Amino acid sequence: MADVNRGNRPLSPHLQIYRLPLVAKISIMTRITGVALGGALLLIVWWFVAGAYSPEYFATADWLLSSWVGIVVMVAALWTLWFHLANGIRHFVFDLGKGFELSSVARSNWYVIGASVVLTILTLLIVIL
Amino acid sequence: MVQLTLPKNSKIRTGKTWPKPEGAKNLRTFRIYRWSPDDGENPRVDTYFVDMDSCGPMVLDALIKIKNEIDPTLTFRRSCREGICGSCAMNIDGTNTLACIFGMDEIKGDVKIYPLPHMPVVKDLVPDLTHFYAQHESIMPWLETKSNTPAKEWRQSIEDREKLDGLYECVMCACCSTSCPSYWWNGDRYLGPAALLHAYRWIIDSRDEATGERLDGLHDPFKLYRCHTIMNCSSTCPKHLNPAKAIAEIKKMMVERVV
Repeated sequence: MADVNRGNRPLSPHLQIYRLPLVAKISIMTRITGVALGGALLLIVWWFVAGAYSPEYFATADWLLSSWVGIVVMVAALWTLWFHLANGIRHFVFDLGKGFELSSVARSNWYVIGASVVLTILTLLIVIL
Repeated sequence: MVQLTLPKNSKIRTGKTWPKPEGAKNLRTFRIYRWSPDDGENPRVDTYFVDMDSCGPMVLDALIKIKNEIDPTLTFRRSCREGICGSCAMNIDGTNTLACIFGMDEIKGDVKIYPLPHMPVVKDLVPDLTHFYAQHESIMPWLETKSNTPAKEWRQSIEDREKLDGLYECVMCACCSTSCPSYWWNGDRYLGPAALLHAYRWIIDSRDEATGERLDGLHDPFKLYRCHTIMNCSSTCPKHLNPAKAIAEIKKMMVERVV
């Protein structure tokens, strides 16, 4: 309530003390993964641009992206993509007015987490095999 | 705006540890937020020890015992002690709830008590709810009609009355709104779950004749649409209501009215 004049009254603690339920943690992770996907997209575009620029430049970009650091980042980006999509679908269902019972939310929490992990592993298997 | 840390005058210091009651065998530790407008100092967290052998089961029982027997300056709101007045809403063990219906057996370890989050503090556990009540008033929490007033009451079928179940039970304790990160960051313009649940309660009331005006009033980037379905409201409601679902229903009506 930044714009409300509260005199010299202190602001009670919020994030510092609140124990966020799992569904809220997944919600903020969706925001964070959305931003991270932007970063991952830039890396991939950089890889293409390097390829279009010169063989030497491509070799540098390709070396970084296929080094173990690059692979860790790309696998993380893959999980980020699936997680963001999975919770995006849940939010779509929420927007239809469905799945709001707390028991149902407790279940869909794990659908989202489970789907992101399973789909990441499946994608990796398809790429590797 | 999003401000993740507390302002300078709100940073919490370590407070006083009050003496243990003599001869007590079954002690429980309470860490309670304290702030007084009189001394010009920052808020602090005081530590109290309560003899559980002579204390009732609810958190409010312990607060009253502390006020009676250890520290009469400890300030908090309470009235009905049975979850119907909504006065003793506070943050207990990291969750917003009513102290009178929250059992201490539900808490592991020390009992940590703070005022409702992200609110201006009047004293100790008492937040300033002026803005919260003004937002409630802004959604017109009363029956709006245009037809001639009937000789007796405004009639409603049993089915239409049932639509209000899960909405009319709200006691305006502010647990939901002050649990909502969107309300923390945009509470000046976002109405918050409590006011929106009440808005929906009047929108779907079969006797109300101002549905269009009510939806018009909420058609705003902030008032309604700062809800991002984070679900803290429904997770924390001590009356087990579902403000998030009520908000989703309003959003649906907004779409249906255009399509």
